[in-house]
Amino acid sequence: MSSIWIAMILAGFMTFMTRFSFIAISGRWSPSARFRRGLQFVPVAVLTAIITPEVVALGGQPDSGLLNPRFIAALVAAVIAWKTRNTILTIAVGMLLFSFLNFVLH
Amino acid sequence: MESAAGRLKEFSRGVRDEAPILLGVAPFGMIYGVLAVSAGISPIAAQAMSCILFAGASQFILAKLFTGATSVFVMVMTAFVVNLRHALYSASVAPYTTSLSLYWRLILSYLLTDEAYAVTISHYRAHGVSRFRHWYFFGAGITLWLTWQLSSAVGIFLGSQIPSGWGLDFTLPLTFIAIVVPLIEDRAMLTCAVVAGVCALFLVFLPMKLGLLMSALTGIIAGIWSDK
Repeated sequence: MSSIWIAMILAGFMTFMTRFSFIAISGRWSPSARFRRGLQFVPVAVLTAIITPEVVALGGQPDSGLLNPRFIAALVAAVIAWKTRNTILTIAVGMLLFSFLNFVLH
Repeated sequence: MESAAGRLKEFSRGVRDEAPILLGVAPFGMIYGVLAVSAGISPIAAQAMSCILFAGASQFILAKLFTGATSVFVMVMTAFVVNLRHALYSASVAPYTTSLSLYWRLILSYLLTDEAYAVTISHYRAHGVSRFRHWYFFGAGITLWLTWQLSSAVGIFLGSQIPSGWGLDFTLPLTFIAIVVPLIEDRAMLTCAVVAGVCALFLVFLPMKLGLLMSALTGIIAGIWSDK
């Protein structure tokens, strides 16, 4: 049983250090303009990489391909986000549409 | 008085912006709790993991590895790789933390999860640094933390989970969509998003969330490249 404790404490420490890494040195770290521009891509890249597998059902699963409630709701949400930049509206419409499509198609 | 109000305003905005995500995160916490206990991890250890490790994906994986009597070394290295993407979050947020005390940096770093990062970076990008801006970060982070501890506890000690048919976890990608779309302001950003998104679909089969990390890095490189 103690192995899980050792593992979690070590993993917890390493994970914290990973999170702390750049924040720790932020006072002494002046990234170049280029690096700073590169950093601007981080949220877009990471969040999109998280989003797409969540909304596109890949082959072999039910609701494969693009005609599934998640993808349609996500697409509509993206358009609303684009046009209105309103977070609450985007999420609300997305969830409503998703729930509705889920209900209708199942 | 004025500074207390300033802190409270940022803090409550952080809590408010994080709220939709909490709906999606809570079921996962409960599922983790149930999974950890059925993997043979003691309730105390399972709850401790939510606090000491505080990283959903790696907690799930550790619980699974535990049943296979995996070595401590493999468990730790796996968790480390799974959580490597947090280095990107750290680098991304760091420029906004230059004037914070060590104390604040330690706390905020501890709270730096995907979900807290997403709303925080969006807020920093839109409004820049201010005297109390880090309280937003703290607000978002601590609510996520509390939700995770509580939902883990519900799963661990009550053995309950919300039936997955509710699809509440869909609030996560939706919130991320709401955050990402306004950030795509030029062609380089669009290229970055498309490349990262498509790569993520192809690499989703990779273990230890390596697909996520590699897709993100590829997207960043594509964005920088198309900047020229």
